[in-house]
Amino acid sequence: MARNRGQAGSLSPSDEPFRVKFSLLLFSLFLLASGANAQTNGGTIAFVGGRILPVSRPPIEKGTLLVKDGKIIAVGDSSLTIPADATIIRSEGKTIMPGLVDTHSHIAGPAGGDSSAPIQPDIRVYDSLNMRESSVKKALAGGITTANIMPGSGHLMSGQTVYIKLRGGKTIEDYFIRDSAGNPSGGMKMANGTNSIGSPPFPGTRGKSVALIREQFIRAQEYRKKVRDARGDASKLPPRDLGMEALVEVLDGKRIVQHHTHRADDIMSVLRLQKEFGFKVVLHHVSEGWKVAEEIARAKVPCSIILIDAPGGKLEAVDLSFKTGAVLEKAGVPVAYHTDDGITDSRLFLRSAALGVRAGLSREAALQSVTLAGAKMLGLDSRLGSLETGKDADFIVLSGDPLSVYTHILQTYIEGRKVFDRDDARDALFAVGGVGAGEELRPYLCCADEEAAKR
Amino acid sequence: MNRTPVLTGVIAALTLLLTAPGQAQIAVRGKKIYTSSGVVLTDGVVVLREGKIAEIGPANKVVIPAGFTIVDAAVVTPGLVDIRGTVGLTGIYNNFGHDQDQLETSAAMQPELRALDAYNPQEKLVAYVRGFGVTTVNTGHAPGRLISGQSVIVKTTGNTVEEALMVETGAVLADMSSEALQGSGSPGTRAKVMSLLRQQFLAAQRTIATSEAEAKKVTVKAPGKTTTTSKPAATTTKTNTTATNTPASKTGDGSPRDLRQEMFVRILKREIPLMITAHRAQDIASALRLAREFRFRLILDGASDAPLLLEEIKAAGVPIALHPTMQRAFGDTQNLSFETAAKLKKAGIPFAIETGFEAYVPKVRVLLFEAAVAAANGLSTEEALSAITIDAARILGIEKRVGSLEVGKDGDVALYDGDPFEYLTHCTGTIIQGRLVSSDRN
Repeated sequence: MARNRGQAGSLSPSDEPFRVKFSLLLFSLFLLASGANAQTNGGTIAFVGGRILPVSRPPIEKGTLLVKDGKIIAVGDSSLTIPADATIIRSEGKTIMPGLVDTHSHIAGPAGGDSSAPIQPDIRVYDSLNMRESSVKKALAGGITTANIMPGSGHLMSGQTVYIKLRGGKTIEDYFIRDSAGNPSGGMKMANGTNSIGSPPFPGTRGKSVALIREQFIRAQEYRKKVRDARGDASKLPPRDLGMEALVEVLDGKRIVQHHTHRADDIMSVLRLQKEFGFKVVLHHVSEGWKVAEEIARAKVPCSIILIDAPGGKLEAVDLSFKTGAVLEKAGVPVAYHTDDGITDSRLFLRSAALGVRAGLSREAALQSVTLAGAKMLGLDSRLGSLETGKDADFIVLSGDPLSVYTHILQTYIEGRKVFDRDDARDALFAVGGVGAGEELRPYLCCADEEAAKR
Repeated sequence: MNRTPVLTGVIAALTLLLTAPGQAQIAVRGKKIYTSSGVVLTDGVVVLREGKIAEIGPANKVVIPAGFTIVDAAVVTPGLVDIRGTVGLTGIYNNFGHDQDQLETSAAMQPELRALDAYNPQEKLVAYVRGFGVTTVNTGHAPGRLISGQSVIVKTTGNTVEEALMVETGAVLADMSSEALQGSGSPGTRAKVMSLLRQQFLAAQRTIATSEAEAKKVTVKAPGKTTTTSKPAATTTKTNTTATNTPASKTGDGSPRDLRQEMFVRILKREIPLMITAHRAQDIASALRLAREFRFRLILDGASDAPLLLEEIKAAGVPIALHPTMQRAFGDTQNLSFETAAKLKKAGIPFAIETGFEAYVPKVRVLLFEAAVAAANGLSTEEALSAITIDAARILGIEKRVGSLEVGKDGDVALYDGDPFEYLTHCTGTIIQGRLVSSDRN
């Protein structure tokens, strides 16, 4: 992701001391505001006595979770040695599990590609986000610590997605998950089926949709060849093309395609393109995924499912079923759920996994589907998604079984820092709603406006 | 496996019940029976005879008559009653011109539009909600116009609306939210909304006055006959089960009938309620003001901001068809809360939880799921069940037939394999008027 290299250095050296001082000031204020709150600043925190669901291994009754410097330093049962200087937080009667990973969200008001073209890989959705939206706070209340924020499905390719941690902060920069080179990580949003079909320059049919995409990837292959052939010789490099650069990342497997698709034949079209061009892809929504579960399994492609309370809403989703998760699991397909917020409510994300279990998904797969499986689909599983030594200390504390309607999320921690606490009235407001919890902004509802216009 | 023959037997019995043309005689045994009449039975039995509840009580006291089919369930509740939805007018395909009959946009006020004439009993979504225990729905035109039409109260079974019909007009449906201020022909401001409604009601008052004056003349001329129609307006609560559709404004002066005006007359005579969608506090207050002025039977619909006006709503004695607990919060609904149901309960305001209307997805909401989230946010299990059974029936005026498991009421029952509100529980059966109409494990 070399194209972003200049971005982090926008601050001039002379600004740096001020920024450091200001940050320290802010941090001090934060400490004052949070009182005796054990927010890690070097010290170890030990969560002791709760039921721990590491997800990557079986549940631990009366477990211990040790956190230091934003990382998990140990997970174990009551025999685990707790450092003498550790701050101990009793967790008896509570359940601790990894922070939830939402593989498909539209919080913070994303607006990707505009109506000028059906394929816009140069678009970066993070340039459009308003992190002050209450949707961000509500997602935290729902236990979501990592989200893939996507532009819409009204394009074949509506732009680059962004993977964020809901750390809080003033600007999107505070939320980025940076890769080893320091660049913000994200995927590439694609869509097929009826949403991305329209009047010119948008494709009018499914055949045209695929033709446009093939043409684009072939161009990207040619662009990549020119860059490779130049062997670093600036005079031989093609003129920079931001869209092509992003697509080369896709071809090289560095940027995962996050693909909206509902109908069985549309799912097969994605698999066909994936085979031809070799990119990494996650199938999103997959309303008819249960009809082609074996084919998806053979392609070794994971699925992120949308669970809607009733089928329909459009022709492609008439056969949507709660059973999709169970059928895919049985076929051997990795399964995640997503909120597609505001299609479903981030605060009820666990509910999707629970309704999956209602329809036959295993409990183990359900817990993975909102944590580790999602992390894998974003390529972030080496850092997060389970409670394991060395991973980021992103976790939630629950009042009971994660799959029960009566369970509330009590606290959300990101990198060892408490970012949501139901006992704090300001946070509780976003957990349940009420005056001040809303916003005037219309949530993302990809097709409602189009349907209304047809009336 | 020795369980297989038993299972096969059960499946055969269920199949027989589903296909039997007449009303099978069923006894429902429940480890726990929530009656919605103030009693929770442990190990109870409900005997359904000829479509009605013939007996209910503890298993050790109720004798199941010979020949009755026994259906077992961990938990039993009354069939669920949805106080306000659009299912059957709204269809699964979301295809305008084919299955989206919930909103006529040609005029701002069309109370003459009957849901009865638009309800499709064979709609897939009707079967869908039936599979989650819903047996009665007050369904009709959607919000989006000042008066979008009427609702109809139906059972979620039957090949024709005539077979499904309970009450021809459940309510006339008005919308005073921001949404009704948009679209062609709609009033442009909130003040104009109120002005238009006042004018309609004043015109209806004149019609009634003229009609009563005519009636008096007739009475004077022919004292032997009883042609007067002087019912005490304040107490009339019609729960007619047959299609009457008689002209409410017999002026006798030969003037042509006006279907629109007739509906306003019936509202003023308190024969049918006016259900007004209002979310913002100011809109709720306006609805209350209008009801004070014209003394019609008001049901507030939606009511996101109700927690801001608990005292006023309580004082007005107005019931609420509360928004789905999981409705999206934006625009007029931005203040809605998972805890509103609990707040209304605490304040003593009668309410029921509705499925409402979605322009996009889900095309219908699952009533059970909406009550579940309210139960997880302050309502007790019994309170949350009441909000989707007896409380809905009372507000709609159909509590003599449905809403609780009591002798003499319709044999409408929902079955579950655990706590009805838990995510992992299934609705294992739905019975309407003594017939098993769903045995899927949903």
